[in-house]
Amino acid sequence: MRVAEIVTAIFLGVLSIYLMWKSGEPPSWNPDVPRFANIGFIEGEGPGSGFWPFWLSAIMLLTCIWTAVNWYRRLTPASQSSEQFLDGYGKRMMLVVGGALFGFLALIHFVGFYGAIPVFMIYYMRYLGSHGWFLTFTVSVTLTVICFFFFDIAMRIVLPKGYLEPLFIPLYNMFL
Amino acid sequence: MDVLIALWQGILIALEPINLGLAVIGVVVGLFVGAMPGLGSVNGVAILLPFTFVIQSFTGGATSPMIFLASIYYGAMYGGAISSITLGIPGASTAVATTFDGRPLALAGKAHVALVVAALASFAGATVSNLLFTGFAPLLADVALSFGNPEIFALMLLAFATFVGLGGDDIPKTLFSICFGLVMATVGFDIISGEPRLVFFDLTGFTHGIRFLVLAIGVYGIGEMMWTINTSRTGTNMSKVEVTFASVVEAIKQFKQAWRGTAIGSALGFFVGILPAAGATPGSLMAYGISKMTSRRSAEFGKGALDGVAAPEAANNSASTGAMLPMMTLGIPGSPTTAVLLAGMVIWGLQPGPLLFTDQPEFVWPLIGSFYISNFVAVAVNLLFIPVFLWMLRMPFTILAPLIFVLSLVGTYAAYMDMFDVWLMVIFGVGAFLLRILDYPLAPAVLAIVLGPIAEPKLRQSLLLSDGDFSIFFTRPIAGPITVIAILLILLPLLKLIRDKLRKTA
Repeated sequence: MRVAEIVTAIFLGVLSIYLMWKSGEPPSWNPDVPRFANIGFIEGEGPGSGFWPFWLSAIMLLTCIWTAVNWYRRLTPASQSSEQFLDGYGKRMMLVVGGALFGFLALIHFVGFYGAIPVFMIYYMRYLGSHGWFLTFTVSVTLTVICFFFFDIAMRIVLPKGYLEPLFIPLYNMFL
Repeated sequence: MDVLIALWQGILIALEPINLGLAVIGVVVGLFVGAMPGLGSVNGVAILLPFTFVIQSFTGGATSPMIFLASIYYGAMYGGAISSITLGIPGASTAVATTFDGRPLALAGKAHVALVVAALASFAGATVSNLLFTGFAPLLADVALSFGNPEIFALMLLAFATFVGLGGDDIPKTLFSICFGLVMATVGFDIISGEPRLVFFDLTGFTHGIRFLVLAIGVYGIGEMMWTINTSRTGTNMSKVEVTFASVVEAIKQFKQAWRGTAIGSALGFFVGILPAAGATPGSLMAYGISKMTSRRSAEFGKGALDGVAAPEAANNSASTGAMLPMMTLGIPGSPTTAVLLAGMVIWGLQPGPLLFTDQPEFVWPLIGSFYISNFVAVAVNLLFIPVFLWMLRMPFTILAPLIFVLSLVGTYAAYMDMFDVWLMVIFGVGAFLLRILDYPLAPAVLAIVLGPIAEPKLRQSLLLSDGDFSIFFTRPIAGPITVIAILLILLPLLKLIRDKLRKTA
């Protein structure tokens, strides 16, 4: 945990510097304006567009330095801890749950929400939860059907359907 | 007396079968929409706005459609607490503070107590607010009018200061979280100069900015679930709660322990709610902060204090009525939802503003009457449905977790119809989980991304007014004291540290 604390502080500090740099960016249509010209008070216009994000990012950088000092002086629980940042269970969880979420997202682009939802539910309930097939199928199908009728039919919010789009045309003809 | 007669006549119109029916349907829809992560009152009101044309064609006036939308607003304010308590995910930004103590109560097997306290505090907050709205509308409208840009920015500063001074978390990490949320709120286009800002890697998805729900659902949907999976480890049930009629009655009796939070939330919520561009979210967070600060049992906050549930719930309901006041009397919406309601009023041919009360009393008073009726309907429906909400907790976690993941993804897409936001939400969620392990508080970031788009223009316009002189926040009679209190709150941990060191050396 102690290593993770300082690594995170450094990472967030670098992120803060990047945000400061990015805040001072001149508009693309006016490249002659020097970088950081927008972070101060512009006469007649007030604070520039980069004023607020630049100085907030500067405070972020200072807080990261503050955290690093606290880490050095071992003042925070994380800087005193000898525990692992993520133990074996945590790493496996990141892989099977976090990975599944990104897989779910990727799948939406091919088979849409209504194809990805049952696949994700079956993966989670059957593979991770060890639930019976009957319960798994019932929950997966019911959730998909409820989502379709609530969003697509009742609320008229059309969720992406990917390559499964043609399968839904008869349902639209029936209910809309 | 004239006001009471007008109110009574308004209540009678609101009790007509068609209006009462619309109020009941609106409250039930609102409760559902409010409880669903990803959908809040603004989504419900905005999505259902087109349906009100059907209602108007049946009833012939603007009163019934407005009663329907206002009931959704009411129901959603009650509903936000349901997901905050039972799932640990705020249904809307207004219920973020309810999570702080509602969630620990649910995990301790007292979800029914938290839900009952939330419902009753909401009822009390809305009732107080309705009475204030009815009795003091003209006076309070004047108070709201006197708030300029420096005063509103000072108020925003106070909301953030409560987190630093009273949050109890690591101070640099809390400050980082606030600033990170504020910076994320600036992504997109600068609304004052029109210049693009922080459009990372020239991705077009960033040009529309990072929306509140993307960060909020990421933090509270994905991050919270991953955190719970990582810490609970048993993977069976989230908690076991016995709900009987007697236990609900017992929970109602416990509500008296939450009178302080309810009183603070009811009064403060209305006052913050009437401020243009403030609304229920800062109101609920400030009520939570002040309840904690003034409580003798402040150490219990964050661990399941009943006052910690009552204060934000009373405040967000109180603020939701308060936000109607500037919308109706000045034509200035106090929240995003009232902005949609304002749009509806204009579409129905009404002109919100000071003349509305005198020119359109047949619209105004039934609407105010419906606030009272909707409040009774909302508390009754909410209490009746508590066993249904608690059923969600009894679900095995390996069913509940994927359900929440799916609702989070679908809810994010439904809110903005953009897959870029869904990807971003999941990335934020995973990042939030990792930061939470290292004790980075994430609620301040969520608050900051909501208030950032309000705070920045107020600061810049104030500085433009003062020609870049920051003393404008100290010299004005209302902004000055608020700014000083905010700075004192920010310095409070430092003052405590100095006091402790002095005691040690003494």
